[in-house]
Amino acid sequence: MNSISVRALLVRGMLAGLVAGALALAVAYFLGESRVDAAIALEEAHSHSHDHGAGEELVSRGMQATGGLATGVLVFGVAVGGIAALVFCYALGRLGRFGPRATAALIAGAALLTVYIVPFLKYPANPPAVGNPDTIGRRTALFFLMVALSVLLAVAAVILGRRLAPRLGNWNATIAAAAGYVLVIGLAYAFLPSFNEVGKDFPASLLWEFRLATLAVQVTLWTTFGLVFGYLTERLLVPGPDVATATDGGTKRPATVAG
Amino acid sequence: MAQTAAPATVTPAITPISLKAIAPWAVFFGVVMLILLYFVGAEQGATALISGEGVHEWVHDGRHLLGFPCH
Repeated sequence: MNSISVRALLVRGMLAGLVAGALALAVAYFLGESRVDAAIALEEAHSHSHDHGAGEELVSRGMQATGGLATGVLVFGVAVGGIAALVFCYALGRLGRFGPRATAALIAGAALLTVYIVPFLKYPANPPAVGNPDTIGRRTALFFLMVALSVLLAVAAVILGRRLAPRLGNWNATIAAAAGYVLVIGLAYAFLPSFNEVGKDFPASLLWEFRLATLAVQVTLWTTFGLVFGYLTERLLVPGPDVATATDGGTKRPATVAG
Repeated sequence: MAQTAAPATVTPAITPISLKAIAPWAVFFGVVMLILLYFVGAEQGATALISGEGVHEWVHDGRHLLGFPCH
């Protein structure tokens, strides 16, 4: 078997990321934009002030909600798709006996959990009008710290699980590694500073709906990515039944065909 | 013939891609992808490489709905 091309996998990852981004964009537009608009309306009703909102806008709301949103979500999709493809290149054949499709699904699921859901539970997404501009530096740093911590701990958990597997068996080793991950993440939740910058009169239902919409965007993105990338890699790496017999019989069949 | 065909089709062993083959791609494209993510997620928020608010305003809605701290 000749070596698998990293380039071919990377291209497929970015392509799958683009498709996933397109579906996530539809979810963001139809579920998210109405909540962003509602939050901005509240923001403007409260601060009849100088700098933001009123007066000339650099980018109109219409452009932010269409072209701007599309740029953000599609570039995000392609970028995370490319990174996930590189992770896939390393994980393939090194994670037990999983084939390409299952490996792609595992990576997508792990990415959704470690890159989005785990950081989200500590530092959830905020709509416009929520969040003190003075703390943006700290909030950004802690958010990315939480993402990095979550991803690195997940990698450590996978390594730990692989080490324990010969002694405990796959099932128990996976449980032990997952428990270790949950424990350390729990400690991080407990000791890292929290922010509560939701205004007293900001509607709780709007906040909840906005956060659910951001979750729906990520679930859509990673589910689509896992399925599309899995399909593409399976087709690339595992010859189909007809192809398999064609190449398999390559040594035998020509004899019958020729003879 | 059936004996040799069965194991080959049921569990096609996948040879891992060597680290040497992955490394150049991972370094170059990993950095490119992270730069893209930085511009979508954080530029002109907590830190800024480009002055002004154009990038922030353009990806504003995407940043909120992708879960990044925006402002």
